[in-house]
Amino acid sequence: MEELASLSLLRAIQGLRRGDFSSRELVAACLQRIDRLEPRLHCFLALTGEAALAQAVQADRRLSAWRLSPHESLPPLLGVPLAVKDVLCVAGVPCTCGSRILENFIPPYHATVVERLLAAGAVLLGKTNTDEFAMGSSTENSAYGVTRNPWDLERVPGGSSGGSAAAVSARLAPAALGTDTGGSVRQPASLCGVTGLKPSYGRVSRYGLVAFGSSLDVVGVLAQDAADAAAVFRTIAGYDPRDATSLDLPLPDIRLDELGTGSLADLPLKGIRIGVPQEYFIGGLQAEVETGVREAIKTLEALGASAQPVSLPHTQYALPVYYLLAPAEASANLARYDGVRYGPRAESDTLWQVFRRTRGERFGAEVKRRIMLGTYALSAGYYDAYYGQAQKVRTLIKRDFEQAFGQVDVIAAPVTPTTAFRIGEHSDDPLSMYLEDIFTIPANLAGVPGLAFPVGFDRQGLPIGMQLIGPYFGEDQLLRIAHAYQQVADWHTRQPTI
Amino acid sequence: MTLTIAEVEHIASLARLNLTDAEVARFREQLSAILDYVAQLQALDTSDIPPTSSVLPPRSVLRQDEPHPGLALDALLANAPQVEADQFRVPPVLE
Repeated sequence: MEELASLSLLRAIQGLRRGDFSSRELVAACLQRIDRLEPRLHCFLALTGEAALAQAVQADRRLSAWRLSPHESLPPLLGVPLAVKDVLCVAGVPCTCGSRILENFIPPYHATVVERLLAAGAVLLGKTNTDEFAMGSSTENSAYGVTRNPWDLERVPGGSSGGSAAAVSARLAPAALGTDTGGSVRQPASLCGVTGLKPSYGRVSRYGLVAFGSSLDVVGVLAQDAADAAAVFRTIAGYDPRDATSLDLPLPDIRLDELGTGSLADLPLKGIRIGVPQEYFIGGLQAEVETGVREAIKTLEALGASAQPVSLPHTQYALPVYYLLAPAEASANLARYDGVRYGPRAESDTLWQVFRRTRGERFGAEVKRRIMLGTYALSAGYYDAYYGQAQKVRTLIKRDFEQAFGQVDVIAAPVTPTTAFRIGEHSDDPLSMYLEDIFTIPANLAGVPGLAFPVGFDRQGLPIGMQLIGPYFGEDQLLRIAHAYQQVADWHTRQPTI
Repeated sequence: MTLTIAEVEHIASLARLNLTDAEVARFREQLSAILDYVAQLQALDTSDIPPTSSVLPPRSVLRQDEPHPGLALDALLANAPQVEADQFRVPPVLE
């Protein structure tokens, strides 16, 4: 029965509609697998098994009624279990953000993306582990313990959406929501061998997402393959009047399961121009990662695409820009955690000391470091030199992409310099951990979409990822290209043995 | 560039963070290293480059000024450490 948990999301939907199995059986299979593997992996911060089974029973009723009169339309994800990163609010379920400062916080409302998943019939399995307030690249910054990489339990799953990536990789959930401020969907997707979509800034509502870097944060999807990612993306995307940064632009119809991009002979990518940026193939890039990415580009060419070099000349500045802007925005966003309206309070005689003690005792080291860095960058006398200059260089990075997308349709690059690193490997040196994000940050600064998917394994059996970066609001193109690749490659179907 | 202990303590005070002496010493070292790293941005001439604060096109996001239901008061107060008379209770602001 547990093998039902390994089905892809689209296969699960198909099986549910045919009546091959019930939503209750499917959800129970995931819960059984979670029960068995969670002690080794620690993907979840909260499980909602009972509520999930109750939702599944309701979905089954609807499915049975539908099978009697199948002319009616069904919610697209009816009966399918999903997991949600613990920085997104689900009403009535604790939302800790991986932090002790929110250890007892129970949101009174749903995030819009959660509301949309529920309206689409999805069943919520639980909340997944994350670096504290999504600040990190390994989940080691979670106050509730590290998540382990299903491919090697001594290694990190990446982060900050490491719980979601590991859960999909280990087939605990067919798909999961994550968030991506500097690579937090794509990097863990790469390290865990799953497909991860970071949509364009403004494409998906952030109402009910706990804010980190507001000019960068986006809600994304982790799934087994591009077709599954597209199905979840279509459900959560679109304008939300409750989020002033969500844009009212039409969503292209992406039904990859119904596309006939079947074989090499069809040349499904004919006419697609792929740009290969020299700035992403630099010293420090693991040789096997480079080989994997270059081989994948050859496969895309065999599918009809053409590849050409492009230049994104300001790439080297993306990391320093990000580590000024994101902490600056975080220092303002995290000012709200003061022990007054939610979270535990460190009691003291004066309000001033309540603030300082609560924050000093409850925030972890990385969060404090970034609040300090951001406060410094915004402080009097340093604002222009640090924050102001970083915003100007951000313009240059954005222009790099605009120029590149005048020549090519999509950019192909590595996601991370190396495959999954060992737990503890970077923990004493924040700067070396920041360098993990060197290839993912530029897309966040420019606001453009990125998609990571597996393109091979290194000698140690660890997944290698590639990312496609597209023009603003060009998610459909990225998903179509990855889908065509996944019709002829089978890396995404490989499962870790745990 | 190395931050002084006093500078680190000043930033902590602006950020409303109580730090231990060990944290001050560690952050002094780590923040100085990070600031050295980001200093490479100073080498770029950006005198005629406008800043990007958001990638979104500038636009009005005003909605109609019509009342609509918000969250219930008790739901919002339920997470607070101390509540009195439907308000958040805190210690004195002034000593």
